[in-house]
Amino acid sequence: MPDVLVLVDHDGERVHKSTYELLTAARRLGDPAAVVVGTPGTAARLKEALARHGATSVYAAESPEAGEFLSTPAVDALELAVREVSPAAVLVSATTDGKEVAGRLAARLDAGLLVDAVDLDSSGVATQVVFGGSYTVRSQVTHGLPVIAVRPGSFESEERPVEAGERQLALPPVDRAASARITARRAVLAGDRPELTEATVVVSGGRGVAGADGFKVVEELADALRGAVGASRAAVDAGYYPHQYQVGQTGKSVSPQLYIALGISGAIQHLAGMRTSKTIVAVNKDPEAPILELADYAVVGDLFAVAPQLAQEVAARREAG
Amino acid sequence: MNIVVLVKQVPDTAAERTLSEADHTLDRENADLVLDEINERAAEEALMLKETVGAEVTVVSMGPGSALDAIRKVLAMGADRGIHICDDRLRGTDVVTTAKVLAAAVRTVEDVDLVLAGNATTDGQASAVPAIVADLLGLPQLTHARELTVDAGRVRAEREAENGEATLDAPLPALVSVTEKINEPRYPSFKGIMAAKRKPVETVDLDDLFPDVDDTGLLVSRTHVMEAVPRPARAAGIRVTDDGSAGRRLVDYLIAQKLV
Ligand SMILES: Cc1cc2nc3c(=O)[nH]c(=O)nc-3n(C[C@H](O)[C@H](O)[C@H](O)COP(=O)(O)OP(=O)(O)OC[C@H]3O[C@@H](n4cnc5c(N)ncnc54)[C@H](O)[C@@H]3O)c2cc1C
Repeated sequence: MPDVLVLVDHDGERVHKSTYELLTAARRLGDPAAVVVGTPGTAARLKEALARHGATSVYAAESPEAGEFLSTPAVDALELAVREVSPAAVLVSATTDGKEVAGRLAARLDAGLLVDAVDLDSSGVATQVVFGGSYTVRSQVTHGLPVIAVRPGSFESEERPVEAGERQLALPPVDRAASARITARRAVLAGDRPELTEATVVVSGGRGVAGADGFKVVEELADALRGAVGASRAAVDAGYYPHQYQVGQTGKSVSPQLYIALGISGAIQHLAGMRTSKTIVAVNKDPEAPILELADYAVVGDLFAVAPQLAQEVAARREAG
Repeated sequence: MNIVVLVKQVPDTAAERTLSEADHTLDRENADLVLDEINERAAEEALMLKETVGAEVTVVSMGPGSALDAIRKVLAMGADRGIHICDDRLRGTDVVTTAKVLAAAVRTVEDVDLVLAGNATTDGQASAVPAIVADLLGLPQLTHARELTVDAGRVRAEREAENGEATLDAPLPALVSVTEKINEPRYPSFKGIMAAKRKPVETVDLDDLFPDVDDTGLLVSRTHVMEAVPRPARAAGIRVTDDGSAGRRLVDYLIAQKLV
């Protein structure tokens, strides 16, 4: 079987779940080979977890400055790996960073780029959902190597233990005139909550939450359901919740098992980011709110009454058994 | 300083967007076209730099005849000149070709210090074009910036991504893409709108941008859309009006659906 290169998302110590999903997706096309870009020693730390999820080889593209520059080391590493391995495809996660890496790689290789795949078949045909969930499109790379950015949460991560071989890739020195240096990082303070785009439950608040304090109600329900918190743009613009939690057309796209919208009217640009959720629950005191029209379960009511009651009830049922 | 701003005209997201039956490209005839709102913020950032450090601002857009409206809007906001890449052969181009063409247009501007773009457009959503343009031009990419400072030949940006925030630093020339949080774009004044009519806009096609290359190499389509199916509208489901017990009743539903 040909190799399929998978770019590993990690924080130096831990492989992100989206990478395990990529390894699952890669198996449809060939033998998954993982490319780890990081400081020396990173691949050795991550190898076992990658092998447990089916990576038959682990390519280590390591240098002391790998983490210091935005995207360029990853693009260089994948370019090197492609020239060495001649893979059947390259898969990256369709995150902010991943989409940029995929694009730059595709341009350098004159390869075919597919972004935001939610499914993939064994011939490399990718399914994408476009225009905020209004069309399902199936596309194929017809020229050059397929470089595919897969949307996090689209595949189940599976354990599939194998023996992984390890190989080194010699990263070229970073050209400082052509790369942005990362001089500081601030992790998103998500606490114990799952990452928004990876969460199986998302509870979002809108302008109806009426203030930063009001978002406690949203957070409490999210915590009771072990989910992530999202927000509408109106809530973000009003300063109720930080920008990185915005769901929608100009925010994040989420596709959880359960999406609960509290005090969100359901403007088309919000729907664009959550319409593909499996089950949608909406609480809105306006019976005419458009979101109630597409919710699987619509509650006409005050979110400050309904959400806390729901949170308590979930906790009580959990305790009971 | 020379700044190039990349802008795109997109269908208004408040209206229905459809794909043409024939080739699965955007049905522009039936769309209401506007200057993309994030690109508008990139333009605003360029104009603020023009006011603070002094700059000549060139606005570049690729698109059919109507894209001229988007260019004129940025000229009316205060940009100095425009380049309109207009060529029928570019209909339905993929992300990589789009970036190649934009990069070629940027190369026609002399001594560019800064290329500004939106971090995404509301239609394509690939969010990869600015990074590719940077790669093709050999510029550092400072993408997804919600704050930008240009000083003493360097550019600094606060980047916002799902895994956290980062401060980026690079020497000029560089490419910066901005998020919708970076500023509030100005409205063109009446004077600006009148002045825009006299500002130079150069129209170029692929032969101008790639005189030595035959377009078969450039325009080869690397991907093919095999099928585009409208997704069924979501039907309304259960509806209850809260009588004081909606939260409790909702739990039963969630349990029945195996969501709790
Ligand atoms: C180009 C573009 C891109 C955009 N991108 C996005 C995006 O990415 N994401 C996004 O969300 N929006 C986006 N928008 C904005 C979008 O059009 C809406 O303005 C926004 O989604 C509205 O947010 P909202 O539903 O929270 O607020 P509103 O529309 O003000 O709705 C608030 C709702 O809360 C209800 N409510 C009030 N109090 C209560 C209560 N106590 N209990 C229950 N319900 C209550 C009200 O009945 C109302 O329905 C974009 C707009 C444009 C033009």
